[in-house]
Amino acid sequence: MTHAPHDLLDAVGELPQSADGVVVEATDVHKYFGRLHVLRGVNLTVRKREVVVLIGASGSGKTTFLRCINHLERIQEGRISVNGHLIGYREENGKLVEDKERSIAAQRSEIGMVFQRFNLFPHLTALENIMEAPVQVRGVNEDAAREVGLKLLERVGLEAKVDTYPGQLSGGQQQRVAIARALAMKPALILFDEPTSALDPEMIGEVLDVMKELAVEGMTMIVVSHEMGFAREVGDRVVMMDEGVIIEEGSPAELFDSPREERTKAFLSKIL
Amino acid sequence: MTRARSGPQRERTRPATKLVGFVVIALLLAACGRSSYQYNWNIVVDSVIRPDRLILYGVWLTLSISVISQLIGVILGVFGAVGRISRLAPIRGLAAFYVWFFRGTPLLVQITFIYYGLGVTGVYGWPPIHLGGVEVSGAIQAGIVALGVNEGAYMTEIVRAGILAIDPGQMEAAKSLGMTYRKAMRRIVLPQAARVIVPPLGNEFNNMLKTTSLLVVISVPELYVTFSRKNASGPTVFHPFELFIAAAIWYLLLTSLWGLVQSRIERRLARGTNAAVNAGPGMRERLFGMGSGRR
Repeated sequence: MTHAPHDLLDAVGELPQSADGVVVEATDVHKYFGRLHVLRGVNLTVRKREVVVLIGASGSGKTTFLRCINHLERIQEGRISVNGHLIGYREENGKLVEDKERSIAAQRSEIGMVFQRFNLFPHLTALENIMEAPVQVRGVNEDAAREVGLKLLERVGLEAKVDTYPGQLSGGQQQRVAIARALAMKPALILFDEPTSALDPEMIGEVLDVMKELAVEGMTMIVVSHEMGFAREVGDRVVMMDEGVIIEEGSPAELFDSPREERTKAFLSKIL
Repeated sequence: MTRARSGPQRERTRPATKLVGFVVIALLLAACGRSSYQYNWNIVVDSVIRPDRLILYGVWLTLSISVISQLIGVILGVFGAVGRISRLAPIRGLAAFYVWFFRGTPLLVQITFIYYGLGVTGVYGWPPIHLGGVEVSGAIQAGIVALGVNEGAYMTEIVRAGILAIDPGQMEAAKSLGMTYRKAMRRIVLPQAARVIVPPLGNEFNNMLKTTSLLVVISVPELYVTFSRKNASGPTVFHPFELFIAAAIWYLLLTSLWGLVQSRIERRLARGTNAAVNAGPGMRERLFGMGSGRR
């Protein structure tokens, strides 16, 4: 997969821009599952073109936090905005009220998400999976959506699988279709939730290659992952979470080679 | 997706089963020969091969009432199921009440109540209606409503199970792409649930074809009523043996025809699954339990 830079993003055209370069702004985010306090005040700013890798032990809240960014999970305190728009809530008399479903859906359409288990639509072909949201959500006409879909499939190296159903694709191929599906909506940001954890080892590379390419082309990405090689190579920042808070962040070199926190050291020693 | 593959796992009739069937029929025929009853097999043959207008009308009524009632049942079932899993408690409650009520009372009671009960009180008198020049009697309308509403309660649970069988990740993926709950349900979840629903739906419709005979209580001249009237008066009076064998054959023809249709539908819905590759038992096998032997 050696494409010229900008291939992946060229396939979808211009991406939305934010004025001050801040894409994600999370302040003091708290989240409870019943009485379980899973996020205890998360603060994170992600700038345009930045690739942020979230690490931490399971149960540290990294996936939950990621899911809060597109409001797949509600938050109980704090606020998250993407491109300056508050996500999932609107302000009424100084209080935050959950937004209407339509506005939440509209916000989500600007935020791509790639899941650990791919979650491709099994009743639709690879191409139909990619066309579905542009046509159904954006109202793009089928021909235009097909054109973009074909380009994207070519870019992720799956031009031969256009009419194949997900059930007949390997895990790595499915995940590449899933990335193409997210890209088709021209998102301002893509959230990756452990995108390679469900893959057989020999397929991890092909998915990481696509992600690297995206990073090089300037896509803003937040990646929950334990792929330290990927984090080192393309991550601008690594963020370590533990017990629902960010305990340390820094460049990959700083964090991996000279972590300050004991818990970070303990975690890294287990996975490296 | 394993659930969708129930087709190929369907039981096949073994040679031993066939043998037992032949022996039973032979014994039955032998028993017939020993009694002093004057068999008139022409009644069976004529009713099936040369059905009169009454029988044809009975077949038509049974089939059309079944199809319409089942359609009503499926539509109510989809709404009922979506209601049962709604975020809004009153809607959940309403759907649960519907299912509880119509599954908890006998269909016979529902039919009688809807036709006579509503009729006699003047709540709804079931006047005949005219559809394209054809008059549809009040009893037929009431029968369709009763069967449809009753079926809807069962379909609610079937559709609900179908929806719950779909990985919640599907709804999340759809939402993350900007779809609303409704759109995600309609475009992503329900089409997948349909695959899971079709085999039990087939069962339901098979039942429906036969359950229409309960409409005897409101004198809808469907198949069963037609044959029992022929037993009560006319040239074939008091020939229940022959008449009801003929009735049974007609019901078997209808249910078998449905078997054909169902396997077509299952094949279509299996698109994209491995079930499409090994598409299950052949038609003959599935209908009569007698395969051609080619597998």
